[in-house]
Amino acid sequence: MKAISILDLTVRAGGRNILDGLSCEVRQGDFLAVIGPNGAGKTTLLRAVSGLLTPASGEVRIFQKNLTAYSRRALAATVALVPQQMNLELPFTVEETVLMGRSPHLGLLERERREDYDIARQAMFFTGIDHLSGRRLDQLSGGERQRVLIARAICQQPRIMLLDEPTTALDPAHQLAVMQLMSRLLEEEGMTILMVSHDLNLAAMFAGRILLIKDGQGLASGLPEEILTPDRLHQAYGCSMSVDRHPLSGAIRVSLIS
Amino acid sequence: MLLNRHRSLSRRLLIIVLILGFVLLAAMTASLLTGSSGLSVGDVLAALFGQTEKTSAVYAIVWRIRLPRAVLAAAVGATLSLGGLVFQARLRNPLAEPYILGISGGAAVGAIGAMVAGLAMFPGVTLAAFVGSMLVMGVVLLLSRGSGGEQSDSLLLGGVMMNAFCSACIMFLFSLSQSSQLHHILFWLMGDLSTAEPERLWLLMPLWACFFLILVLARPMNLLLTGRESAAALGVHVQRLSWVLLSTTSFMVSLVVSQAGLVGFVGLVVPHFFRRLLGPDHRILAPACILGGGAYLVLCDLLARALPAGGEMPVGVVTALIGAPLFIFLLWRSRT
Repeated sequence: MKAISILDLTVRAGGRNILDGLSCEVRQGDFLAVIGPNGAGKTTLLRAVSGLLTPASGEVRIFQKNLTAYSRRALAATVALVPQQMNLELPFTVEETVLMGRSPHLGLLERERREDYDIARQAMFFTGIDHLSGRRLDQLSGGERQRVLIARAICQQPRIMLLDEPTTALDPAHQLAVMQLMSRLLEEEGMTILMVSHDLNLAAMFAGRILLIKDGQGLASGLPEEILTPDRLHQAYGCSMSVDRHPLSGAIRVSLIS
Repeated sequence: MLLNRHRSLSRRLLIIVLILGFVLLAAMTASLLTGSSGLSVGDVLAALFGQTEKTSAVYAIVWRIRLPRAVLAAAVGATLSLGGLVFQARLRNPLAEPYILGISGGAAVGAIGAMVAGLAMFPGVTLAAFVGSMLVMGVVLLLSRGSGGEQSDSLLLGGVMMNAFCSACIMFLFSLSQSSQLHHILFWLMGDLSTAEPERLWLLMPLWACFFLILVLARPMNLLLTGRESAAALGVHVQRLSWVLLSTTSFMVSLVVSQAGLVGFVGLVVPHFFRRLLGPDHRILAPACILGGGAYLVLCDLLARALPAGGEMPVGVVTALIGAPLFIFLLWRSRT
């Protein structure tokens, strides 16, 4: 089943096409990494899929239903977004923040019930932040905040998770931890994941498929070993890179050549 | 944190509402017992509970002067505090407040314009106040949009300029008015509760609906604090929510400004105090601002009556004496 279908999507802003006739598909339970140079339209793609902007033409379908047919709440109960930047200089506690993920499931006059607290606790446990539950958001480190945002997204109980460069601000150990979380979501929860990333090695290690975009257009999509080739990467990024296999892990390894 | 954040929300809410409800009641009782005519506690209580002749002076003082004044003070304080809280959440700026942003000033221009034109208190003056505050709010929102919504400097400068512009408009209207209207207009400018009349208090009834609406929207307001896109991604219809919040707030602020004039800084002091004390959850803060803000202005009014030897000063003087230094302190701290 197709979880996300993007059909000939064009998004205009500031007099130019940020996305220019982009098409792609993500099947349910797949992990697609979107890579491409700065300004290629990666974040815009995520915002379009989460319904935060109106495309100039083309359409986005979520589970074969047009995005505009979803109410804001129904969409938030289906698609969760882990944004790259969020105002986290707030004195909310970790638990309060994670609980916010329940709001698409609550009516205006409803309060969180015991189940909602349980779901939040599970999400915190899953992301390894249960010991932080009473801590204030503005007193956390970057890695902890990132995991709070992921826990909040898990708490939404979505079927699709969108992540915008989730590892950029993190040290190597935390990068790995976040990506392993994604694998577990994929395997244990059958989640569909769409991730924007600049880290080609992590994308190759964890994503099942890769979409390479440039100037708002799709250059190529397919398995990591099909997409991550020196020619394609040079075409997209305009710099030389070598691609080989890591001698120990056998994982695809992309290295910059200066 | 005064009250344990881990306790369940409903229990915290109940405790806070009970405490602040008691504080408000105590403040209003103190207000009823204070005044220039020197009534004893027994006199006031007897009049309050219907033990006095309805034609007596004591009855008139309690029911026609002191009680309306205390009720008006509580309503104005509650509205301005809640209004400040909403603006601070929507603009994500702790310095936003109806008075500072010029929205009260806009309401005053509308109100005074309608008075000079000879319109009735209701609906004429109130509606004009509403239009005035909405116009100023539109300008303020445009300013905040241009700067990404979080630049406090341009927002505050814009508010200061809107206030200056409104003052000029008020002075212009002042010059057009006849001497018989001057007293009325002066009353608006100073923020005075002394002209409260029982017959006009029913005009405050729509405030209940506004309070209810904002209390219902408290949870989405929490999400708004984390950013517009973040709130939208959690299922909040941000534009609709903003529109409802801002128009409701403008309506209730213009309603109380048309009744009590320009009382400044209440919407700054009270939400700030409760945020420090109770944390950022609007489901707690909104009821706390309603009850606590009401109590705060009743007490300020008490000070305004008690401090000057012989006579009284407008309550706006007291709130500004407390609020302006706090505003400067907050501004200074936000830069360091």
